[in-house]
Amino acid sequence: MSAYALTDSWTMTRRELAHWARQPVQVVVSLVFPVMLLLMFGYLIGGGRAVEGDYVDYLVPGMLALTMAFGLEGTMLAVTQDLNKGVIDRFRSMPMADGAVLVGRSAADMLQSTIGLVVLIGVGLGLGWRPHAGPGQFLGAVGLLLLFRFAMLWVGIQLALVAGRPEMVQAVQILVWPVGFLSNALATPAAMPGWLGVVVQWNPMSQTATAVRDLFGGPGGESGHVWAAVVWPVGLLVVFFPLAVRRFRGLGG
Amino acid sequence: MADAAITVEDAHKTYGGKEGRKAEGAQGAEGGDGSKGVKKALDGLDLRVARGTVHGVLGPNGAGKTTLVRVLSTLLRPDSGRVEVAGYDVLSEARAVRLRIGLLGQHAALDEELGGRQNLEMFGRLHHLGGRQARVRADELLERFDLAETGRKPVRSYSGGMRRRLDLAASLVTAPEILFLDEPTTGLDPRGRAEVWSAVRSLVGGGTTVLLTTQYLEEADQLADRVSVVDRGRVIADGTPDELKSRTGGDRIDVVLRDAGQLGAAVALLPLPAADVRVDTDRRLLSAPVTDRMTALSGVVRALEEGGIDAEDVALRRPTLDEVFLHLTGHGDGADAGDRANVKEAV
Repeated sequence: MSAYALTDSWTMTRRELAHWARQPVQVVVSLVFPVMLLLMFGYLIGGGRAVEGDYVDYLVPGMLALTMAFGLEGTMLAVTQDLNKGVIDRFRSMPMADGAVLVGRSAADMLQSTIGLVVLIGVGLGLGWRPHAGPGQFLGAVGLLLLFRFAMLWVGIQLALVAGRPEMVQAVQILVWPVGFLSNALATPAAMPGWLGVVVQWNPMSQTATAVRDLFGGPGGESGHVWAAVVWPVGLLVVFFPLAVRRFRGLGG
Repeated sequence: MADAAITVEDAHKTYGGKEGRKAEGAQGAEGGDGSKGVKKALDGLDLRVARGTVHGVLGPNGAGKTTLVRVLSTLLRPDSGRVEVAGYDVLSEARAVRLRIGLLGQHAALDEELGGRQNLEMFGRLHHLGGRQARVRADELLERFDLAETGRKPVRSYSGGMRRRLDLAASLVTAPEILFLDEPTTGLDPRGRAEVWSAVRSLVGGGTTVLLTTQYLEEADQLADRVSVVDRGRVIADGTPDELKSRTGGDRIDVVLRDAGQLGAAVALLPLPAADVRVDTDRRLLSAPVTDRMTALSGVVRALEEGGIDAEDVALRRPTLDEVFLHLTGHGDGADAGDRANVKEAV
């Protein structure tokens, strides 16, 4: 690791922020999209799904988790675009710290997801969602969501490094929907056929959603899921983080 | 050796399967050796470039030029051989190499979404100039490459020539000891080409070593002190541009007739060494090497008139890369590597 690891990572983070400033519309769209989903499921499509209590109390934490999962495609798209641009060659031929490109990517994506969470929580409160949680539990829930996002981020980077082509991003963008919906984000497994309920309960995203619901003190929460919501993302990170870093270093074949 | 800026000894690089196709895609060339998906891009290449000189690497598409530049600039690991840049090994001392090089690749290595100034500032920071110094340097370079006015616009909106100039500026952020230019003028119009050439000339005065790949003999002629001709991953000839040209037979005269039927008569009639005259019936063309340009031209025109042979065009020209290759390798393999597979090992 070079002495410039921090400076270089910061320079690369600034690059991403400069992209935001150049394309504010894209940033706004990416923040509005989950809000639209929340409104759609809250008012148009949802309406219960055998949830006890208020559906909005069930839905909002689910949407928070779903938004974190969907972050994967944004990361993958950005990394794929970068790799297919010549600029990555310039970075690699410069005396900069090895991981700075990836660290910049993850810092910017985490910042965007944090803003996304704030917006979505605000809209949720506006819709009448009321978390019954102390500040510690509230922050714990946000922490679990961001941890899950961080895991998705490195999965996304690895997928981009392996697939490397824009067509593959499109495939992932489509596949992320059924995988995201095969969870308890929108509906409780109890309302599903038995086998489907099992699949849904094993989805790492369901673990995060259940733990977050528990911490927010809403319906659908089960105590004891916090561990699962830590272990799953950490497990994914243990696998995908080194894979992605090694893959990036090995770009020179 | 101490005075060598670049030393390459017996370098090999083979692309296999998927990887090979990917690399080829970037170069737009076909696998040359016939075996499926496997391509020997460098096949025992040797090269030595003295400090402070401009060295041209001349060869057709797929000859291994881009692979060579990517190996020298630490973007690609050679399979075997010794590769040293500025006295440092590209594998074990990549960082030391990166501190001392600038790279202008075939495709613009710029952030298209950002402005020109933002790009240069970012590269300055990544070279650890510090924020203030990076800004000063960015302004200097924008001024020098006549980009100051468009510095804020995203690179996406730049013309090809502007993009290439910015790319060149980006590779000069730290005044590198050694600069790699991979086909710097391919795809540029004549004006863009002239701009890049004058920029390269001004660098050489500053003591920078330049390694330049090109498909054009003229470009090597204009810029390079020495030229290595590369074919199928190895150097097949090197020397000064004049040496290479004289080996190829120097200038040529081309005569295009109205009637292909008169080609035979023309060969017999014209004051040209009959053994060296090449005839192309489809293009109604005959072509021959000349030593004294003006004597040959006036002699040919007079002979055509006196013989009553109707000519469409008579022109003097420099040898083309095609002819350099024909001469050096015995296989006519100019700008395109497509028919390479048919030709047996020639040298």
